[in-house]
Amino acid sequence: MIRRDLVIIGAGPAGMAAAARAAELGLSVSILDEQLRAGGQIYRDVDRAAALRGDILGKDYKHGATLTDGLRRADIDHLPGAVVWAIEEGFRISYSQDGQGAQIAAARVLLATGALERPMPLPGWTLPGVMTAGAGQILLKQSGVLARNAVLVGSGPLLYLIAAQMIRAGTPPAAMIETQGRGDIISAMRHLGGALRGWPYLLKGMKMLAEIRRARVPRFTGAQGIAIEGETRAEAVTLTSAGHSRRIACDTVFLHHGVVPNTQAARSLGVGHEWDHLQNCFVPALDEWGQSDVAGVFIAGDGAGIGGAKAAEYAGGLAALKIAEELGRLDPAACMEQAAPLRAALARERAPRAFLDAAYPPCVEALAPADNTIVCRCEEITAGDIRRYASLGCLGPNQAKAFGRAGMGPCQGRFCGLTVTALLAKANGRTPDETGHFRIRPPLKPVTLGELAAMDSQMQDAAE
Amino acid sequence: MKTASPFLEPDDGGTRVEVSLDGAPLLLSEGANLAAALLAAGVEVFRHTKVTGAPRAPFCMMGACYDCLVEIDGVVRQACMTEVSPGLRINRPHEAEAHDDPA
Repeated sequence: MIRRDLVIIGAGPAGMAAAARAAELGLSVSILDEQLRAGGQIYRDVDRAAALRGDILGKDYKHGATLTDGLRRADIDHLPGAVVWAIEEGFRISYSQDGQGAQIAAARVLLATGALERPMPLPGWTLPGVMTAGAGQILLKQSGVLARNAVLVGSGPLLYLIAAQMIRAGTPPAAMIETQGRGDIISAMRHLGGALRGWPYLLKGMKMLAEIRRARVPRFTGAQGIAIEGETRAEAVTLTSAGHSRRIACDTVFLHHGVVPNTQAARSLGVGHEWDHLQNCFVPALDEWGQSDVAGVFIAGDGAGIGGAKAAEYAGGLAALKIAEELGRLDPAACMEQAAPLRAALARERAPRAFLDAAYPPCVEALAPADNTIVCRCEEITAGDIRRYASLGCLGPNQAKAFGRAGMGPCQGRFCGLTVTALLAKANGRTPDETGHFRIRPPLKPVTLGELAAMDSQMQDAAE
Repeated sequence: MKTASPFLEPDDGGTRVEVSLDGAPLLLSEGANLAAALLAAGVEVFRHTKVTGAPRAPFCMMGACYDCLVEIDGVVRQACMTEVSPGLRINRPHEAEAHDDPA
């Protein structure tokens, strides 16, 4: 089995920055990424797409090419299309690549698995034609595919970014249905100091809003009672805004109310997580280097708590420094010295977060969906089902599996975990921390028997 | 099956290659993301759920939701994690026999 000083899972900004820094410090590094092209979701397929669509996607996107450049070193082993399905302490990482199972050993593991869209269970959200806003962005970034007649629903800066990009590409959204209200921006004002320290973000936000205004995209703010209509596909979104009920016909619906850490791999290793009241999600417990409470396991980027692409890049660098120090490749004084500018940059990146989180809180209706709304997409379990489990004495998500199959489908709770925890916590009058989260076990992603068999023969060959 | 697509696809000047969808020939851009290419080709439904037979299509485009599962050359795979290559045989299992466990 190949053995590395450091194995990184995920080739987004955190993983790529960490790989480059660790290799510079003389560590042997493998970076496993389930995508076929480096960049993560934020810089998805940047090496191909920046040249084709850089003008639409903007300068921030093109920056990703500096990170993919950093991966092109002989001493970095980049494994694209490598789907990790087990990480065992020690560490032994099992993955599938090109239909073959394989394993790699590591002294340290850095999880750079990024974020997932915050689940947004609204009536009709499982219909074809309804996608996450992140999916809309991926279609645009990687494929240049644009929705002709789309409605954006939810809240947050990403919603404005995708609207601005759609306008630049010549397919402005039919409408923006925004769930944040006037009260949210007022309560966000107490974080204005931080927002002003992060003024470049505010400026970008204001420019995007101006683009949306110029394109005359209708905006409905403080929207409530949102539902997606359609028999076999999305046909319209209905809502109430400013006292008026509306029905907006469309072909595509992009949902977004923030992103949340993808904690699957960390949880499978037993890393402790805590509920973050500001970000309304679970985040792993980490020290200032991104080191978790499981020895040797580091986490950097949005998987450690949402901070965005630039913050991820700096955090990846910090983790690499500490790992190099622990492995005796960097003396402690040099480690502190090299960390200082990264820490300062990280603090600048994080400054506007509290303002943004308060100004664009998650959609209340999607955090506590109506009884007949599906929450577990895979097994088609509704919010009412989960509430019924609670009324029968169910206290936590794992116990819920004895009542129904929520979280047991192929997505393994990625798109229902937070909702199931929130519903049970509310129904039982307990906190999310007391309620807990689905226990995550390998395989983290489905693996075929063929992939396992291929791994077995490979290992036998090695033994002979 | 194929209707006017709600999605526009740019002409990046790439090579179009033939694949089959439920036995019918279909031209897609080589190297393109399969889920994106199928959406742009007007494919609306990718699979039906096992529980109620409800139609589904790509939702997350990043390998997390498993709503874009199709059968490719006999193996159930995520279309959004697959690149278009010549000769792919793509099938959408009929809802009565839909099996969405890839393993």
